[in-house]
Amino acid sequence: MNKSKYKILENKQIAKDVYKMLLEGDTSAINKPGQFINIEIEEFYLRRPISVCDYNEKTITIIYKIMGQGTEKMSKLEVGKELDILTGLGNGFDIKTSGDMPLIIGGGVGTPPMYRLCKELIKEGKEPIVILGFNSKDDIFYKEEFEKLGVKVHISTVDGSIGTKGFVTDIMKEIKDFTYFYACGPMVMLKAVCDATNAQGEVSLEERMGCGFGACMGCTIKTKEGYKRVCKQGPVFCKEELIWE
Amino acid sequence: MEINNKDLTTTLSGVELDNPVIPASGTFGFGYEFADIYDINILGSIALKGTTKEERYGNELPRIAECKKGLINSIGLQNPGIDKVIKEELPRTRRFFKKSLIANISGFSIEEYTHCCELIDKEEQIEIIELNISCPNVHNGGMTFGTDPKSAKEVTRAVKAVTTKPLYVKLTPNVTNIVEIAKAVEEGGADGIVLINTLLGMRINLKTKKPVIANKMGGFSGPAIFPVALRMVYQVYEAVNIPIIGVGGIETSEDVIEMMLAGASAVEVGAANLKNPYVCKGIIENLPDTMDKYGISSLKEIIGKAH
Repeated sequence: MNKSKYKILENKQIAKDVYKMLLEGDTSAINKPGQFINIEIEEFYLRRPISVCDYNEKTITIIYKIMGQGTEKMSKLEVGKELDILTGLGNGFDIKTSGDMPLIIGGGVGTPPMYRLCKELIKEGKEPIVILGFNSKDDIFYKEEFEKLGVKVHISTVDGSIGTKGFVTDIMKEIKDFTYFYACGPMVMLKAVCDATNAQGEVSLEERMGCGFGACMGCTIKTKEGYKRVCKQGPVFCKEELIWE
Repeated sequence: MEINNKDLTTTLSGVELDNPVIPASGTFGFGYEFADIYDINILGSIALKGTTKEERYGNELPRIAECKKGLINSIGLQNPGIDKVIKEELPRTRRFFKKSLIANISGFSIEEYTHCCELIDKEEQIEIIELNISCPNVHNGGMTFGTDPKSAKEVTRAVKAVTTKPLYVKLTPNVTNIVEIAKAVEEGGADGIVLINTLLGMRINLKTKKPVIANKMGGFSGPAIFPVALRMVYQVYEAVNIPIIGVGGIETSEDVIEMMLAGASAVEVGAANLKNPYVCKGIIENLPDTMDKYGISSLKEIIGKAH
């Protein structure tokens, strides 16, 4: 974990209620796809945990959706402003366990961490297949960015305004020969994905957090391997250890 | 600890602390998680995570609600239980922290409090036992002992009878007369008092129109409660002859000094750790300059000076 100041280089809307922010600063604490950062926002007591979409030596890209007053304030922050951020939080995805053809499944704002994951899997010589699920065509983002990485991207929308009408699991049915899956999105989607296949996989959970670094026990879930803090021992969990209620 | 000729040391019932800054129970785990980010041996001590007889998952999620200038938590005393704490957590803490520790013990019956305190009393590194009779997040226990002077005195006396280490009783502010409770635990044999635990509060989600927290209510902490904590420390200092650890909303070295002026011999920092994991380190580093600014050479000398 690292606590440092980051300068906003970009903060722009890329879909309905969805924003992309580019931050400049120390990225040395980030070492795995699927980790998150925790951002202090003026006037708000708790930080806002947001997953890392991508990063390099100098910058971090995050994509966030306006969900409440904190993220609404974030969306109005101007380029050049400095933010106090904790980076390198959470365990992240394990790219070594995937087999040759892993499935990457992102639902809505669960999509961002899958971008870096996809890049790293490609670097490992894997051939990931990407499925992104959204409500409607206005909600879609990052389809082209994934395609530029050279992967096949399947889209589902609940209203059928673009891609397959329905859910990511409707596309999963058509793809038979994947070796593993990685998923991030709403709880109902994650459960449906886990139920839809016998393949092993990893899912990234979202939970209301206090600190984001394992101190407060605000986000503890029950797993088959005991109580685990989503912020510290997650947010990524293996399919087999999860208990669905 | 002496920095720039400033004496930061303080004493709690004969236990010498290098400085008065102690992370509060429940905001610092068992300490070792923070050892990754800085050398925790600069701390005065650590008040460890609240421990009960049996392992507890705690309350359902969500357990956290944000507030202006603070947060509400409803963890519900999640902990591995006293046996695992002694066998697994304390040895791990010991690897990173070499100073004396404060154990925080919670319970649902006098029997449970005495059982845990008797066991923890045998642990060498534990030099103070903090008796939590003030947790607002569990039913049939915790705070119910801390809201009635008779029960508070009774549990204090029972634990005192089975322990040898200084016993500090952590009180809830959710009472009409804090002085009455403080006096009762002093009569029960308490060696010190910790003031205050969280204030019972709640938030409602405007979208769902339901309480944010699964358990509906929880404990409110953060800078918003500092004046309440300060007031209670001030009142209790006048009424008892045992040391007080002041806790509630402390975020800066100025807050530490203000709390000590009210009558605290040491302070605990709670909610602020969750927002800024380096906050205790920062407070300790800033203390000498702040003391200098206000013409203070020794922290011990300012305890209760506001009276």
